[in-house]
Amino acid sequence: MKPISAALSRDHLAMTNTSPLLIVEGLRVAYGGIQAVRGITFHVNSGEMVALIGANGAGKTSTLKALARLLDAAGGSVRYAGKEIVGLPPHQLVGQGIALVPEGRGVFPRMSIAENLLMGAYCRSDKAEIARDVDYVYGLLPRLKERAQQLAGTLSGGEQQMLAIGRALMSRPKLLLLDEPSMGLAPIMVQKVFEVIQTVAREGMTTLLVEQNAKLALEVSSRAYVMESGEITLTDDSVKLLADPKVRAAYLGE
Amino acid sequence: MDIFIQQIINGLVLGSIYALVALGYTMVYGIMGLINFAHGEVVMIGALVALSVIKLLANSGLPGVVIVLIGLMAAALVCMAVGFAIERVAYRPLRKAPKLAPLITAIGVSIVLQNLAMLIWGRNYHAFPPILPNGEHEILGATITSVQIAIIIIAAAMMGGLILLINRTRLGRAMRATAENPGIAQLMGVNINQIISLTFVIGSALAAVAGLMVSANYSIAHYYMGFVLGLKAFTAAVLGGIGNLAGAMLGGILLGLIESLGAGYIGDLTGGFFGSNYQDVFAFLVLICVLVFRPSGLVGEKAAERA
Repeated sequence: MKPISAALSRDHLAMTNTSPLLIVEGLRVAYGGIQAVRGITFHVNSGEMVALIGANGAGKTSTLKALARLLDAAGGSVRYAGKEIVGLPPHQLVGQGIALVPEGRGVFPRMSIAENLLMGAYCRSDKAEIARDVDYVYGLLPRLKERAQQLAGTLSGGEQQMLAIGRALMSRPKLLLLDEPSMGLAPIMVQKVFEVIQTVAREGMTTLLVEQNAKLALEVSSRAYVMESGEITLTDDSVKLLADPKVRAAYLGE
Repeated sequence: MDIFIQQIINGLVLGSIYALVALGYTMVYGIMGLINFAHGEVVMIGALVALSVIKLLANSGLPGVVIVLIGLMAAALVCMAVGFAIERVAYRPLRKAPKLAPLITAIGVSIVLQNLAMLIWGRNYHAFPPILPNGEHEILGATITSVQIAIIIIAAAMMGGLILLINRTRLGRAMRATAENPGIAQLMGVNINQIISLTFVIGSALAAVAGLMVSANYSIAHYYMGFVLGLKAFTAAVLGGIGNLAGAMLGGILLGLIESLGAGYIGDLTGGFFGSNYQDVFAFLVLICVLVFRPSGLVGEKAAERA
């Protein structure tokens, strides 16, 4: 558990909770003529976990893809650690400290688990430290260690999700973007995946969690934004949103 | 019996060459899902560049092997540049276009390179100067030349090296990751444009070696040699399962063996009706059979997974 957590808590202290690591202003994403994200503004402070919740098609994943530079933003600004990242080529983001765990996991199915983890550390050259981080990830996710040499494609959906998270951690990110980690998983696996996410967050990882399962997302995050048809319609501390009758009615099925 | 052994030897030599060329097809296909039909012309350019340099140095007094190595270096450098340029000019602008578009530009590039070669080297056949030791060795009643031994050993070494590169190195991991999912590979920090360029460059270096091997073994090179050779190597790649490295090697060797055994026995089998000049028939018969009965190739995965 040591290396990443130690590195993180140092960064964490240096930046303190009040400085936003990520500031998104007026972000717009369009597919052809259709606006999927209509000028949203939000921020993520260092060390906190922020959730972006909303129904299917609300524009959450588009937002995340634009942040990870997999989609071109149609407008607006994204400042990360004080720098504008909207024009950056996607392969340079991970070197800046941003790691995305994509929707649908996106592990490399024909590579072994160990190789998938090494791909996470692709931009690093510190071999000894990489080896320590592999141990850290295996400590966090012991099921992967037993199968290190197995092809990732042979894992169950939940295990692949764990691997995708472990792989993202291998880049030693400062900002972790999680896209629908519960999607398509059996309830028991969802619970396990979220335990891992919480462990990582508790160690001080700055996290932006995009999640359709609003209840789960609000339970693990400190603040949340609610997205509806491409706009942010509500934001507050997660605890308050959990108690909000409107949210309960719209997203928690009550 | 000695004909059989002789044809096995010939088939292994031919197959080694096919395998090296087939690797170029299969690597590009694996990474981009694209058949680089101009790859055969890269082999031709490799052969002609090497031959030009070798002819130039033939009377320099240097040992034959050194001259050939210098020719090989020159050919490899030129081919790598050509491969790099082909991708930049003909394929990169069409990265997001429908698959048919780059296929057509590939054929266009192929025609351009052939004509360019014809302008530079003329329409004539170029003979390989006799500067290599032409020792002959006996194995089980058949003969194998020193050049043939060298071809088999060098091809095997290059294939082994490539397998190590792909399976054991960071670059190889990045290549496999790009082949599996370029979008995710980018997220890991892989510059996929760079990886694609490198794939073309590596494939072209292998093609240069193959080109020199062809001209050294058959003592001849000309501007049109890349076409049929390319088609056969493509057949070999399909036979093994396109996109699969081990498949390209296996397919190359098998195709070489099928062709040379076929050519050796077709006269006897048809009572002299068909002669060994029907050698080319076998490669394309194999291609048709594979496409009909096992489109994924001998060791390939299901084609539907890519596409």
